[in-house]
Amino acid sequence: MDLASRPLAAVLVSLLAVVLLPLFDRRPTVRETITFTAAALKLALVASMLPAVLAGQVIEGATLPLVAGLSLHLRVDAFGLLFALTASSLWLLTSVYSLGYLRATASTHQTSYYVSFAACLSATVGIAFAANLLTFFVCYEVLTLATYPLVVHARTPEALGAGRRYLVYTLGAGQVLLVAIVWAQSIAPGAEFTPGGFLAGRASTATLGILFALFIAGCGVKAAIMPLHGWLPAAMVAPTPVSALLHAVAVVKAGAFGVVRIVGYVFGVDTLRATGADIALMLIAAATILVASVRALGEDNLKRRLAYSTIGQLSYIVLGAAVGSVAALTGAMFHFAGHGFMKIAMFFSAGALHTEAHRDGVRGLDGLGRQMPMTMTAFALGACGLAGVPLLAGFIAKWNLGVGALEAGHVVLVGVLVTSGLFNVAYFFPIIYDAFFKAPSGQVREAGWPMVFPLGVTGAAALCLGVAPDLGFHFFTLARLAAESIVAGGGVPQ
Amino acid sequence: MSAHLPILIVVVPLVAALVVPLLGRRTPGVAHAVTLAALIFALVASGLVLARVVVDGVWRYQLGGWAPPWGIEYVVDPLSGGMMVLVSFLALAASTYAWSYLLATDPGRIGLFDSLYLLLVTGLLGIVATGDLFNLYVFLEISAIAAYALLAMGGDRATVATFRYLLIGTVGSSCYLLGTGYFYALTGTLNMADLTERLSGVGESPAMAVGIGLIVVGLAIKAAVFPFHGWQPDVYTYAPPPVTGFVAAAMTKVSAYAIFRVLYFVLGGTPVAASALVFLGGVGVLAILAGSWLALAQTDIRRMLAYSSVGQMGYIVLGFSIGSPIALVGALFHVLNHAVMKSCLFLVAGGVRWRTGFSSVASFVGMGRRMPLSMLAFAVAAVSMVGLPPTVGFFSKWYLLLGAFEARAWPGVAALVVSSGLSAVYFFRVLERTFVVSDDRLVATESRELPAGMLGPVLVLAAAGLLLGLFQQPLITHVIQRALPATVS
Amino acid sequence: MGEMAELLSIGTVQYLQAAALLLVGLYGIVARRHLLRKLMAMNILQVAVIVFFIALSAKSGATVPVVVDEAGGIDVAAYVNPLPHALMLTAIVVSVSTTGVALALLIRIRRRYGTLSETALLDKLRE
Repeated sequence: MDLASRPLAAVLVSLLAVVLLPLFDRRPTVRETITFTAAALKLALVASMLPAVLAGQVIEGATLPLVAGLSLHLRVDAFGLLFALTASSLWLLTSVYSLGYLRATASTHQTSYYVSFAACLSATVGIAFAANLLTFFVCYEVLTLATYPLVVHARTPEALGAGRRYLVYTLGAGQVLLVAIVWAQSIAPGAEFTPGGFLAGRASTATLGILFALFIAGCGVKAAIMPLHGWLPAAMVAPTPVSALLHAVAVVKAGAFGVVRIVGYVFGVDTLRATGADIALMLIAAATILVASVRALGEDNLKRRLAYSTIGQLSYIVLGAAVGSVAALTGAMFHFAGHGFMKIAMFFSAGALHTEAHRDGVRGLDGLGRQMPMTMTAFALGACGLAGVPLLAGFIAKWNLGVGALEAGHVVLVGVLVTSGLFNVAYFFPIIYDAFFKAPSGQVREAGWPMVFPLGVTGAAALCLGVAPDLGFHFFTLARLAAESIVAGGGVPQ
Repeated sequence: MSAHLPILIVVVPLVAALVVPLLGRRTPGVAHAVTLAALIFALVASGLVLARVVVDGVWRYQLGGWAPPWGIEYVVDPLSGGMMVLVSFLALAASTYAWSYLLATDPGRIGLFDSLYLLLVTGLLGIVATGDLFNLYVFLEISAIAAYALLAMGGDRATVATFRYLLIGTVGSSCYLLGTGYFYALTGTLNMADLTERLSGVGESPAMAVGIGLIVVGLAIKAAVFPFHGWQPDVYTYAPPPVTGFVAAAMTKVSAYAIFRVLYFVLGGTPVAASALVFLGGVGVLAILAGSWLALAQTDIRRMLAYSSVGQMGYIVLGFSIGSPIALVGALFHVLNHAVMKSCLFLVAGGVRWRTGFSSVASFVGMGRRMPLSMLAFAVAAVSMVGLPPTVGFFSKWYLLLGAFEARAWPGVAALVVSSGLSAVYFFRVLERTFVVSDDRLVATESRELPAGMLGPVLVLAAAGLLLGLFQQPLITHVIQRALPATVS
Repeated sequence: MGEMAELLSIGTVQYLQAAALLLVGLYGIVARRHLLRKLMAMNILQVAVIVFFIALSAKSGATVPVVVDEAGGIDVAAYVNPLPHALMLTAIVVSVSTTGVALALLIRIRRRYGTLSETALLDKLRE
């Protein structure tokens, strides 16, 4: 398959699964085979584009023209590939995990679960490869719709409430984003993502300021920037694999991805500095990081605590985008992969605790480290990584963010990063301490291999990415390439 | 024969309408086959005419060889050609659906039903094809009278609602006729092209303003544009499903077409047309908000859909009012979107009522399990009505919004966004019940899926809603963009 | 011609008549409570439009447009305009058909609800 048709194929392969899966409603084995095949094919397709992108190429994918000057268009650059690689490799792992989890919980509506999951992944890769704002928005809204069945999967009144809240937040934000995109389109027809932005000098500073606010409000809901984060903790009623992949990786990352695209590829860092919007964004991100940390401390439900941790971690990415130097952007982009692997390891562990130990709280995990060593080790690796302990993936991101902030002269932000790291320690370490250093009560065993294998792999990845950030998919190089292209493109009038 | 296609498109359904009741008494199957054959002919012929018009430009057909302005002429341009294809497509879909429905409910009246149905289609195709203002009135009334009879077949409440519609509709068509009279008095002609030419020599006058006011109000009543929509919710609620599925989709759209034709072609560029469009812009914004708001308050699904139509007509009228190429593309694309999707929604809602006896929003609990494919089609159409990608409704809204932005029409932008939010609320309220809320009492109930004859059209319409959005480019560049008046593009 | 004479000249009276009928019809449709009366008002409205069109064709001193002697050429001013008459024939047909359908509906309403009074009907519908 030639390079140009691969982006579309990568999007469509999971859509094909969406079409096929309902036909095998009563045959779980066929259903799971289809899911695995699609996930593996998707990862292979996405990964096959890596060498070309690493060589500095931007792959132009399929174009579906609409009226003159408008099209649905896919294009693979380093940043998009980084996100797509993270999402598709985690989909494969999550599929394995779902197998174990859904069977362990004897879940109903499994077909609709797998269908929605596959649709979500198509949308996520579409978001990653979108070449212009219209394509981005189409995939962004499809993601919203495809996620809804997963949020309400349990069909309980609580799940319904969470689903409603999710739709109100995301569809409302979608309309705001639509207005922003249409506005940008009317200022600069085509609205193709360009490293360094395409709006520079096209409109007055005041207009750009308002437009930027609309964009951030639109993407900020999925990126769970406070005060737009309310849906995320509520959505934790979803099954754990859903929370893991979607609420820690695909959906929230799609929001954060949107923020970085908008900062780096729509406005450009220099344009933002001219409007002063970068400082505003930094303040919001810093406030979100700190407030989320405090809120996480107050949550007793493990998944909700993880949700607040996610809210804080996402704002690292937003913060990196707002600072806008090469180092800060690299750190932010690397965090897509780093946070993805670490957070999913923790969610997988939380799911294993739910199915095997029947524990959903942050207390009562005494001695589980000895009974479920793999699970709790993966959890610990993820937690340490998020706290920014060196030699783990989170440290790379934090270090680069800190360096970037210092380069740009925002010393205060380093303080924010350090404080947040301390909070991470405060809200994760008691769990780890209980698990490893207290005596167990009752008999609990490790979960089955479909659950242990993915959590082991992701936990190991959290470690590997910290020691050798370029191992495997070259996440760090991709981040660096993308960050350099944004900064190099900045200030060049289109 | 192909030289006479424009008139055959109108005449074949008319002749079939005369034949069908004779066949219907003994052999309803044959009668319905003739109906379908006539509609298929109309669809194929419309497609051929449209294809020729797109390549060769406007096709003027003179009835009986009388040259205009004395004779009546039919004028097919990409706009009317596109509308003909749309109307005959919807007619065919709803008529296919009608067979299974009537066979189960009222087999004795199939011939009668089909005859009226064909008359209705004749009227609508005639409105679109004609190039003569008075001929348009005649077809308007043919379609209306056939529609009154069909709508009243829904039962007692339908009869009362239809009587009200008849009164209001006649006021509307009388207004239109009176307005036509003013233009005849001013120019001495009723031929649209001739009228356009002669008006340039007449200049501004109060008579012209009165004439255009009467025409626009008359057609707005027919198109159920807010605040002239009073007749519509009751009629749509109580009519038989196959009728609502076609009438709600096609009739108001054809009236909207007539507004567009008069304001942009016959009177294109005149100051009075411009002020009429400004008026319609205000009306459109109000319609969007009021329609969506009222839909939110409904408990009966059909009434909810009816009020949603009031709002959606507002989208179309707003697009006309903005008048930039992109906004007009949006408005015409929305005509297509709303026609196809609303037809699908009404056909499913009617099917649900027929199969289960329920029509309240609350009763849709668990319907996703009992009628999975129909409700899937319903979901696609609902998403398109809200205007979410990747459905066709998103793209028409996108063009409308872009047009509103470029024209700095902020009230329009606000109305579009607010209405999307409101329609998301009232449609997801239904979808949530349909697919998500589970009711233990329903577990035992058996499948109630529609029979294939009804399900087929519903699925085709839903598929059209998905595919027309993504593969819209040929449609937009070859038909819709060419359908815009020369003064605009 | 004096102002008064012009006002009373052929056509103008009919225009006023049409306007009056139009208003009567509209008023009847809106204000009358009995459905049959509403229908009659609707007919008056339609007649108003017909009168309006006929008034358009009127000419002072002209006669029916039946050309007997073509030899001397046709003096257009000598005949009233036949076109509006032809149009109104069609309009009358439309009006008759609409009325027919409306009466059929009224019969059904009367049979089912036993009344044609709007207020009584609304009460019954609310039940």
